[in-house]
Amino acid sequence: MDPHTEYTENTESAESAGRTGYARYTVGAEIADHAAPAGDLAGRWEQRRLAARLVNPANRRRLPVIVVGTGLAGASAAATLAELGHPVTSFCYQDSPRRAHSIAAQGGINAAKNYRGDGDSVARLFKDTIKGGDFRARESNVHRLAEVSTQIIDQCVAQGVPFARDYGGLLDTRSFGGAQVSRTFYARGQTGQQLLLGAYQAMSRQVAAGNVTVHARTEMLDLVVVDGRARGVVVRDLVTGEVTTHLAEAVVLATGGYGNAYFLSTNAMGCNASAVWRAHRRGALFANPCFTQIHPTCIPVSGEHQSKLTLMSESLRNDGRVWVPTTGGDTRAPGNIPAAERDYFLERMYPAFGNLVPRDIASRAAKRVCDEGRGVGPGGLGVYLDFADAIERLGAPAVEEKYGNLFAMYERITGEDPYTVPMRIYPAVHYTMGGLWVDYDLQSTIPGLFVIGEANFSDHGANRLGASALMQGLADGYFVLPTTLTHYLAAGPFAPVDADDPELVATQAGVQDRVKRLLTIDGDLSADHFHRELGLLMWEKCGMERDAAGLREALARIPELRAQFWSRLRVPGTGAGLNQSLEKAGRVADFLELAELMCLDALHREESCGGHFRAEHQSPGGEAARDDEAFAYVAAWEYTDGPPILHRERLTFDNVTLATRNYA
Amino acid sequence: MKLTLRIWRQKGPADRGGMVAYDVPDASADMSFLELLDVLNERLTESGEEPVAFDHDCREGICGACSLVIDGVPHGPQKATTTCQLHLRHFRDGQTIDVEPWRAAAFPVVKDLVVDRSGLDRIIEAGGYVTAPTGSAPEAHATPIAKADADAAFEAATCIGCGACVAACPNGSAMLFTAAKATHLGLLPQGRVEQDTRVEAMIHAHDEADFGGCTNTGECTAVCPKGIPLGVIGRFNGDVLGALWRGR
Repeated sequence: MDPHTEYTENTESAESAGRTGYARYTVGAEIADHAAPAGDLAGRWEQRRLAARLVNPANRRRLPVIVVGTGLAGASAAATLAELGHPVTSFCYQDSPRRAHSIAAQGGINAAKNYRGDGDSVARLFKDTIKGGDFRARESNVHRLAEVSTQIIDQCVAQGVPFARDYGGLLDTRSFGGAQVSRTFYARGQTGQQLLLGAYQAMSRQVAAGNVTVHARTEMLDLVVVDGRARGVVVRDLVTGEVTTHLAEAVVLATGGYGNAYFLSTNAMGCNASAVWRAHRRGALFANPCFTQIHPTCIPVSGEHQSKLTLMSESLRNDGRVWVPTTGGDTRAPGNIPAAERDYFLERMYPAFGNLVPRDIASRAAKRVCDEGRGVGPGGLGVYLDFADAIERLGAPAVEEKYGNLFAMYERITGEDPYTVPMRIYPAVHYTMGGLWVDYDLQSTIPGLFVIGEANFSDHGANRLGASALMQGLADGYFVLPTTLTHYLAAGPFAPVDADDPELVATQAGVQDRVKRLLTIDGDLSADHFHRELGLLMWEKCGMERDAAGLREALARIPELRAQFWSRLRVPGTGAGLNQSLEKAGRVADFLELAELMCLDALHREESCGGHFRAEHQSPGGEAARDDEAFAYVAAWEYTDGPPILHRERLTFDNVTLATRNYA
Repeated sequence: MKLTLRIWRQKGPADRGGMVAYDVPDASADMSFLELLDVLNERLTESGEEPVAFDHDCREGICGACSLVIDGVPHGPQKATTTCQLHLRHFRDGQTIDVEPWRAAAFPVVKDLVVDRSGLDRIIEAGGYVTAPTGSAPEAHATPIAKADADAAFEAATCIGCGACVAACPNGSAMLFTAAKATHLGLLPQGRVEQDTRVEAMIHAHDEADFGGCTNTGECTAVCPKGIPLGVIGRFNGDVLGALWRGR
């Protein structure tokens, strides 16, 4: 990679952005995915598997691997690598690996089993996913994902995952957004929980066998890169405060997404971007950071105290109908508004897919009707999700059977009974399609650093389809990484890393210094204070709809906020024990850097695609207007001490036709 | 609304700890219980005091991290509700509320309201899995499973591993947790095969981790946020006896 310095973005706000401001960038050499085989799309994964090098079982014990994160991707990878015979060291910040946030996924997991005989196939899942992602994902990756999807279901059933079944004892499925087939396997509203427990249990078996060592309540604070290879991590034990270094032959990051940059999101409170951001600062390119998913069906914000947002599964759109009053300012109770004065806007705008359009489209439609003043509930930021027709058609018991736990959760949070009053929902930040750039082997630009699950950028383009995150996490961990990581390890073991290696020592010292700095600012504001302010700014300027002026404002404001953070932060207590304020402060410090890159990426991408909607680029009907000529590429950013460097990876589509997404 | 919280503060495992009272004059009925602690903590932080440490993560009742004893009841007064999903609309203006950590021999306090629940992981490691290495799986439809069994397995599998059952049990037993996992796996043909070795290993790990014996008081199921039925323990005991009888 040798960057040439061509300033393409204006420098108008660079002054206020300060020394490290990102209001401009330079363009570096294009990059390409050299790991994917060429040739027939359907044969590429088979070809890669055949070409990948193997390691003799006796030698695997000499090739230890570090896996950070224990969600679907991390736990399935740790279990499978350990089964192969590699010693695995696993880290998670939670008190148990079973609590990783994959556990909260509700609706289901896609797989091209075609058990319903409704026309599904690997080719159709591939096409739906590429189209759903608005043509900003790689064909090879997505096809592989569709191929292994069927194996995932087999694997999970063998592990005892209690999927929903019909009366014949066979697996049941339901429909999700962006598909006209029923390919989503589920375990009531707790599919993520059941899949994660399956992976956690598989990993636990390897813990008992002595092949996996779990460090719970331990947070990765930096990546150790020696001689250009990822060789370990520096972590902090959250209970003792001790900072230690762990070395291995390769490092796998499975640390999830960065939705918490927005403060309010459906992510868990502890979800953070520190591992990927630290790896980015050590040289891993960050791809498409502006591609964030705003989920249409979340419970609206109820007040200033709000700490997180709760998702209501997309599966509810199978039976719930979304509507607002036809005219704004209609304050009647929903039950008193006659059918003729209701606007079932998704069914009206997109008759072919109706309430099951992809998430980005449903979210923007909801925003539009609320912007028109037709929103419902406090502040007018909500639309109805109404089950009255389904209850009349199927009966309340059948609806309860399908969605009982979701209805109960809604009632607990809002105090309203969705069997009698329609739910109120509003879009919220849910998932980040962007992440560390990886090649077909899921390897980042740092050799030996592999990135899996939501933490990478690979499969969902500019918009992820519902029930595809679970599929990708498990595909990466169970089936893809074991092949590709083994190929990498076959060249090992690499030269041992000395305890006094200068790169190692510098990394350790950097972590210690940073912890100390956070503890000694002695200002007057909490980390939460800054997080909330950053989140609001990001939601307004880099949320569901973005424009150049707003993004420039955010790019000017974030460095100010960051400077304020480092001068006014207060972290009580010490670093020598459990200190949740210190943990939070470190995470917010990294969000304050990443958020800027998100805004810069959003500003540079002068088109609308999927979840990235630029107000300047829309069709007369208000739909996203892509610019394939100029932007059919992955934007992979390189970190520098100055402006970041943009590397483009061109996307080519040989097996699908680039077209405007049409769900009408 | 105005609330007074009496919170257990304990600097570390060696500290004796004690209750400390805090007033929160500006709570709102729509807040969750943990958001109430957030408000208190932000105030403590900005005045330079150490905030109250407590475990929490997903805040939607599924990760099992939150673990508060509220007025003497694990997860507080609402049935089938985790602490994070408990909202202040269920409390009275002016009320004084006691907040304590899970208390059990197997759950030593780490700090304030945070306890160490790793004993639960040891139980799963002992046998709470199906031996099904990646790549060995037959086609998913090869073995149909009666819907009633699949549904019952699912009910048992919804356990979130929070440990409220242990905190509520006068003996500090984790039998509801242990039996829920064994029931989930034992009801499915995939898991039935190794049920004998599983239940023996799990009960052994349970006792090793300092959890107490079960005397069928039923406090566990009363506080379980997922409503895991007491019946799983009966089934588990049956499985253990059967395994011993068969002498495996």
